[in-house]
Amino acid sequence: MSKNAIIAGLVVFVIAALFPFWFNIGGTNAAPEIELSAKAKAAKKCVLDKYDMRANHMTILDDWRDSVVRDSDRMYKSTNGKEFEMSLSTGENSCLGCHTDKEKFCDRCHNYASVAPYCWECHTDPKEVTQ
Amino acid sequence: MNQKYMLPLAGVFLLFLLAYAGVEGAGLQWFFGIVIPYLAVIAFIWGFVNRVMGWASSAVPFRIPTTCGQQKSLPWIKQNCIDNPDKASGVFIRMLLEIFLFRSLFRNTKAAFNRDENNRLTYSWEIFLWVGALAFHYGFLVVLIRHLRFFMEPVPASLAFLEYVDGIVQIGLPGIFLSGLVLLAAALFLLARRIFDVKVSYISLAADYFPLFLIIGIAATGIAMRYFTKVDITGVKEFTMGLVTFHPVIPPGVGGLFYAHVLMVSVLFAYFPVSKLMHAGGIFLSPTRNMANNTRAKRHVNPWNYAVDVHTYEQYEDHFRDKMIEAGLPVDKEE
Repeated sequence: MSKNAIIAGLVVFVIAALFPFWFNIGGTNAAPEIELSAKAKAAKKCVLDKYDMRANHMTILDDWRDSVVRDSDRMYKSTNGKEFEMSLSTGENSCLGCHTDKEKFCDRCHNYASVAPYCWECHTDPKEVTQ
Repeated sequence: MNQKYMLPLAGVFLLFLLAYAGVEGAGLQWFFGIVIPYLAVIAFIWGFVNRVMGWASSAVPFRIPTTCGQQKSLPWIKQNCIDNPDKASGVFIRMLLEIFLFRSLFRNTKAAFNRDENNRLTYSWEIFLWVGALAFHYGFLVVLIRHLRFFMEPVPASLAFLEYVDGIVQIGLPGIFLSGLVLLAAALFLLARRIFDVKVSYISLAADYFPLFLIIGIAATGIAMRYFTKVDITGVKEFTMGLVTFHPVIPPGVGGLFYAHVLMVSVLFAYFPVSKLMHAGGIFLSPTRNMANNTRAKRHVNPWNYAVDVHTYEQYEDHFRDKMIEAGLPVDKEE
């Protein structure tokens, strides 16, 4: 191979390998801010602690789904001693009952991390229904 | 126990423990999360370019394409344009198939003695190395591309589509990505082949095992973080975006496992240019594949050749004309 072809290939390689750097010139490292609703702020406590919740909420929802659908057991006793009703979107005591704004609470991070949960193939955002 | 794989295995465990303990125990997030990744990127790019430039400056004295089909010959003999190319277009297709489908590996054979009274040596087609290699490389490629979601904001629809296809099985939450499992399974298969196939084991060195263990470690920590121990993914993206925008941040609540993953990936990148992994760049420069077999149609002069003083027949005749005429030998010029 001619030396020019090799150097051209190397240039392509370096540009491709440094893609994350030049693509983000002028970008920011700031993650989107989650907005807690007034109700969630007042409640102070969620099912789990903050970082636990950030990392594990999908597993909890998955467990809840199995528990509700298969065993019709809707009570969840959290590690912090509180009891919650297992429900994503129905009623005041559900996830969305407290975190009322799905747009500002769920979607911001999901979009940021490119996560497309299939919750909403069956569930609806109560807010969307009333609109 | 074979030290050729025990040493690299211990090395990878050590790397894991180093990062895990360094972060969980000593709080060295800045070192394993910021210093090491930047150094790894520099080592990777610089080392890769350096290595290829070294290859580029070495001479290619001979035309040595491997020919696996009929050479261009008389017009009524059908040429195999790809396996014995005489033009650049044929070479291009041959390289394309080699790079994307590992065609020469597809022809892999194994030699073994028949287990009967004849005890004859037979060669048989051995396809599983090719299957494993293909699964491994494409699994790794998809995993690598999927990780771009941590380096792009907003994430483009094409990446979301790739994730959708990769996660089509929808088992559990978060849903399973097939590519990660394929990568881990294929790497384990390639490792098992090196350990249990005695002939391959005999020719395997620590440098063959180390990248395998490293990649298995990377895949295992990645899978563990996604499916089992879980990690705050928004924090992770904050961290990666911080690295690529040169405003590094250390997210709270992200534990040692993540930094172990990052350290192993960094070591893989830094190790890449000084190891067998450079076949990624080297495949483009393989002289047995990237040359056209046109030695009969074109003259290729070895660049090593020094200028030879040639004594032509004319000079010879000028020198001996008198004696040749005297002896009655025919000459071109009488004078």
